[in-house]
Amino acid sequence: MYAFTYHRPGSARQAAGLLAKKEDAKILAGGHTLLPTMKQRLASPAALVDLGGCGDLKGIVRKGRTLHVGAMSTHAEVAASAIVQEAIPGLAYLASHIGDPHVRHRGTIGGSVANNDPAADYPAACLALGATIVTNKRKIEADDFFTGLYETALEEGEIITKVVFPVVSKAGYAKFRNPASRYALVGVFVAKRGSEIRVAVTGAGEGGVFRWPEAEAALKARFAPKSLDGLKASAEGINADMHADADYRAHLIGVMAKQAVAQATGK
Amino acid sequence: MASVSMTVNGKPVTGTIDPRTLLVQFLRENLRLTGTHVGCDTSQCGACVVHIDGKAAKACTVLAVSLEGASITTIEGLAGEGGLHPMQEAFREHHGLQCGFCTPGMIMSAVDIVNRRGHQLDEKTIREDLDGNICRCTGYHNIVKAVAAGAEAMAGQGMERKEPPRQAAE
Amino acid sequence: MTATGIGASVRRKEDHRFITGQGRYTDDINRPGQAHAYFLRSPHAHATIKSIDTKAAAAMPGVLGIFTGDDLAADKVGGLICGWMIHNKDGSPMRAGAHPALAQGKVRYVGDHVCVIVAETLAQARDASEAILVDYEVLPAVVDTASAAGAKTVVHAEAPDNTVFNWHLGNKDETEAAFRAAKHVTKIDIVNNRLVPNPMEPRAAVGDYDDGEGIFTLYTTSQNPHVARLVLSAFIGIAPENKLRVVAPDVGGGFGSKIFIYAEETVCVWAAKKVGRPVKWNSDRTEAFLSDAHGRDHVTHAELATDADGKITALRVKTTANLGAYLSTFSSSVPTYLYAPLLSGSYDIPAIYAEVDAVYTNTAPVDAYRGAGRPEATFVVERLVEVAARELGKDPAKFRMQNYIKKFPHQTPVIMMYDAGNYGAALKKALEIIDYKGIGKRKRESARNGKLRGIGFSSYIEACGIAPSAAVGSLGAGVGLWESAEVRVNPVGTVEVLTGSHSHGQGHETTFAQLVSGKLGIPIENVSIIHGDTDKVQMGMGTYGSRSGAVGMSAIFKAVDKVIAKGKKVAAYVLEADEADIDFADGHFSVKGTDRKLDFGSCALQAYIAHKFNGQDLEPGLKEGAFYDPTNFTFPAGVHICEVEIDPQTGLTKIERWAAVDDFGNVINPMIVEGQVHGGIAQGVGQALLEGAKYNSDGQLVTASFMDYCMPRADDLPSFEVGMTVTACPSNPLGIKGCGEAGAIAAPPAVINAITDALGHEDIAMPATPQAVWRAAQKSITRMAAE
Repeated sequence: MYAFTYHRPGSARQAAGLLAKKEDAKILAGGHTLLPTMKQRLASPAALVDLGGCGDLKGIVRKGRTLHVGAMSTHAEVAASAIVQEAIPGLAYLASHIGDPHVRHRGTIGGSVANNDPAADYPAACLALGATIVTNKRKIEADDFFTGLYETALEEGEIITKVVFPVVSKAGYAKFRNPASRYALVGVFVAKRGSEIRVAVTGAGEGGVFRWPEAEAALKARFAPKSLDGLKASAEGINADMHADADYRAHLIGVMAKQAVAQATGK
Repeated sequence: MASVSMTVNGKPVTGTIDPRTLLVQFLRENLRLTGTHVGCDTSQCGACVVHIDGKAAKACTVLAVSLEGASITTIEGLAGEGGLHPMQEAFREHHGLQCGFCTPGMIMSAVDIVNRRGHQLDEKTIREDLDGNICRCTGYHNIVKAVAAGAEAMAGQGMERKEPPRQAAE
Repeated sequence: MTATGIGASVRRKEDHRFITGQGRYTDDINRPGQAHAYFLRSPHAHATIKSIDTKAAAAMPGVLGIFTGDDLAADKVGGLICGWMIHNKDGSPMRAGAHPALAQGKVRYVGDHVCVIVAETLAQARDASEAILVDYEVLPAVVDTASAAGAKTVVHAEAPDNTVFNWHLGNKDETEAAFRAAKHVTKIDIVNNRLVPNPMEPRAAVGDYDDGEGIFTLYTTSQNPHVARLVLSAFIGIAPENKLRVVAPDVGGGFGSKIFIYAEETVCVWAAKKVGRPVKWNSDRTEAFLSDAHGRDHVTHAELATDADGKITALRVKTTANLGAYLSTFSSSVPTYLYAPLLSGSYDIPAIYAEVDAVYTNTAPVDAYRGAGRPEATFVVERLVEVAARELGKDPAKFRMQNYIKKFPHQTPVIMMYDAGNYGAALKKALEIIDYKGIGKRKRESARNGKLRGIGFSSYIEACGIAPSAAVGSLGAGVGLWESAEVRVNPVGTVEVLTGSHSHGQGHETTFAQLVSGKLGIPIENVSIIHGDTDKVQMGMGTYGSRSGAVGMSAIFKAVDKVIAKGKKVAAYVLEADEADIDFADGHFSVKGTDRKLDFGSCALQAYIAHKFNGQDLEPGLKEGAFYDPTNFTFPAGVHICEVEIDPQTGLTKIERWAAVDDFGNVINPMIVEGQVHGGIAQGVGQALLEGAKYNSDGQLVTASFMDYCMPRADDLPSFEVGMTVTACPSNPLGIKGCGEAGAIAAPPAVINAITDALGHEDIAMPATPQAVWRAAQKSITRMAAE
């Protein structure tokens, strides 16, 4: 790691102040992407603003038909939350399958969403559930938030404070893990909210998480795994690497989508 | 340099450290607690797992300076005064280790599994929850046996789990 | 059998320190005043170094010294060596290029050592490395094993066609005649994938120099500290052996990769004198991927001839072995004498001919990795036999049984004289464990669930207990492969055993103590095993090739016998009897036909008090040493059966069952032996399903971390069902064969045979990743639909 100065504000407001003041400062949330990158000397922020002391970024509450998850909620907290399990069990399931138990104890939803790793799990849930990413400055719809590989609508110094999920009637997630890294080789989150169906795919897109309209249309007729029979995602725009080429990933999108629907419908 | 105070294995410690000091470096180099190991640089092998405020975490991926006021337990402090923790004993009894390098992290992870999941652990649960710990020697066979036995032994010794088991939709 | 003697599953004596975090690994050692080394490594697979400018870096904070290959050369520090001479078919010696510890004018693989920075802290050394300006002229890289020979780019001028040697073994004419007469010939083309050993403890070294005494000390992660000292002293020229101490403390796994003498420890111990400070280097995992010696990497065409009855009549093999950019310490022996002599497998094959071409490429050096040559041979034989059985329409178990060697000793056409075995017994037991009769039903059940189930056999054999010194000497080895032991009995009857073997997970502190406590009839707590320090143990050859039981323990056995013989002399004086009348049993010396006896501890005390005998007739003390040189290799063998279920939708292969029946001869500690089997299988499954080191065409290692190189994890594996059969090894006093590599040797063909059985075709390579299996399964589905 290169040297940096360390700051631990007590609130999001203080954090924003520090970010504005410090040259080349980066936000430290759970640190499970940033710190390994810094260890490899691939990132060299001059200052780190650790959100770990910001009590206002914690907490999971349900408000009517919405679920509010504080940005510094760890994956383990989301997975174990009775509120999440009751409101959107598919989201709790997703959180319980991110990384490994140790990663889940430290990694946070805000960090994951802000980083927008193309193989991360949360972006799929945000996009499929139609979440709202709330920052210290504004509210951003998930549809507008994920703008490309490791890119989001966040502006310099903007801090995610919470993610608000609509409580949907049905939701499910399935992923096929990269055997080595255990990140999603392909992950599909499906959600049914009233008559609206959304299917979001992570791990596979050259530009990061994306929606799969053909599957959404097929599931609109009937929200059942069978509705996806014979439906194959196009390999165009699909990521290829040494672990999986575009054809295989495209195929897995269909398989995972079916499994996600089966989970969502309890079948 | 920055100052940090935390509790390690029940004892208060204070250090003046470069902010880039990782918890594992703080433990190994400043406190000379060398039982916590480093086996990779991508946060995957789990040789460095310790408990931070009772939860398993990779000490190679946490800044020591961020742990002001935290309570850390390492393999050296697991058993308390004298004797062995039931999980340590189970690893010995079931030959859950060979070269011993991954062992401290494995044992700390195993105790964490029991803390989260309770004392009756089936093979599938154990194997899935050991996802963050790599062993190159044992083929995991005896580690799995050791974790199951250690979990039961912990119940026998009044080490009841601290949190309700997870009920995620699995 | 006593509770702690031979054959008992004694819990390990060494475990207490490991489970309490008190193991002492090299990185746990910190010397006063210690500085840190960082190696600047080549980012290019192949380049000429036009210049290295260290000026700015040398002025950076904390920097104590920056050294290049020129500095080593100026101090007359020699290059790294390859300790096994292989001769070409025409009798000429192999063509080896120089292997400097730090580059001299050229780098030949990504990770090659350009220079070393020694600084007060590791961060400072690394900071300084970024200020070093190296002017490279990048050259094209040779990467691919199959096409390296004769490629335009030359790795070493000494081997102008990139071929280190063209070697062969066996009888060509007889083999060709047998093929001409064959009823059926089975042909396969296979790749034995390159692997990265990845012991969980990365390599490390701490060099120290005592200027007052002129003595160097090297603490390092070694499987054989004495061989390291010998090479560093006699060949590299660091210091004479009496001025160089090598300590290998607790070592966190080796699997072969810590046998070799690498650049880093050589440079650290040398640099300690240069900077006048202890110098520590600890590999990170990325460095380990780049610079630890890799394993395997063969490309092979193989053929098997059978007659009208389905009897195997001949086998021929053409293999190209990639040795990487330099010849590592034992690299040349691996695809030759550790490979081709095992090509008879468990089978009676009258004619065998093997040709092996070894090539240089711009990749990390390749050397012994768990099994070393024998997994490659077993993969060839067991894939060939499986495919042959399928082509001939024969049950693979019956086909194996038909062709097994059934009479011992058996001389194969490729050097080896198998001394004992019962392969049929192992097969029968394995078939029972796996419930072979029920496989049809289980396959149908899987099919009903949309899954493909398959079963795969592997009937392996290995040559362990390496090795008879005269035999390996005649084959090109630079050293003899005996082992030493010294048994020191203290005046109170406790015992210290000094062994040249090294334990890095194998549990020697327990098994060796079992042997000694059992033979001497003393409590196991009274026996300590000392190893891994050249100041304590005089000489030894270390631990690899499953040799520590068969060879290392045999040396201890001999030394203990000498202790008992000496004890009898002491007892004769004390008990006032004739030496010939003294018996030793259950920890007591006694006079035949009387009730006069002396316990072992009292005898030891008397040996040191020495009042009862004349020092001229009998020397005081009780301490004996022995060197044991084996008379033959040992031949562990067995049958592993793997059952898999494939999800054709995802290509995910799940190992459902694993039956392993091994014949390791007599077993000292079944718990430890089974543990070795489990670990070996896991590495073999890793090779078959998960692991593969891949270089791109520029010679960049694209699998250089656990993010991309897939290590087996707990949920990739099942629990294993392990059984044993025993035919004692006749060539050593304990009847031991060795168990360390069996699983890694047996597993890969078992897995691939199971997958190909499930798929119904042979078109799958290692590692059989989900993508590869999915693609292969589509072919199966298409074919099944067509049928």
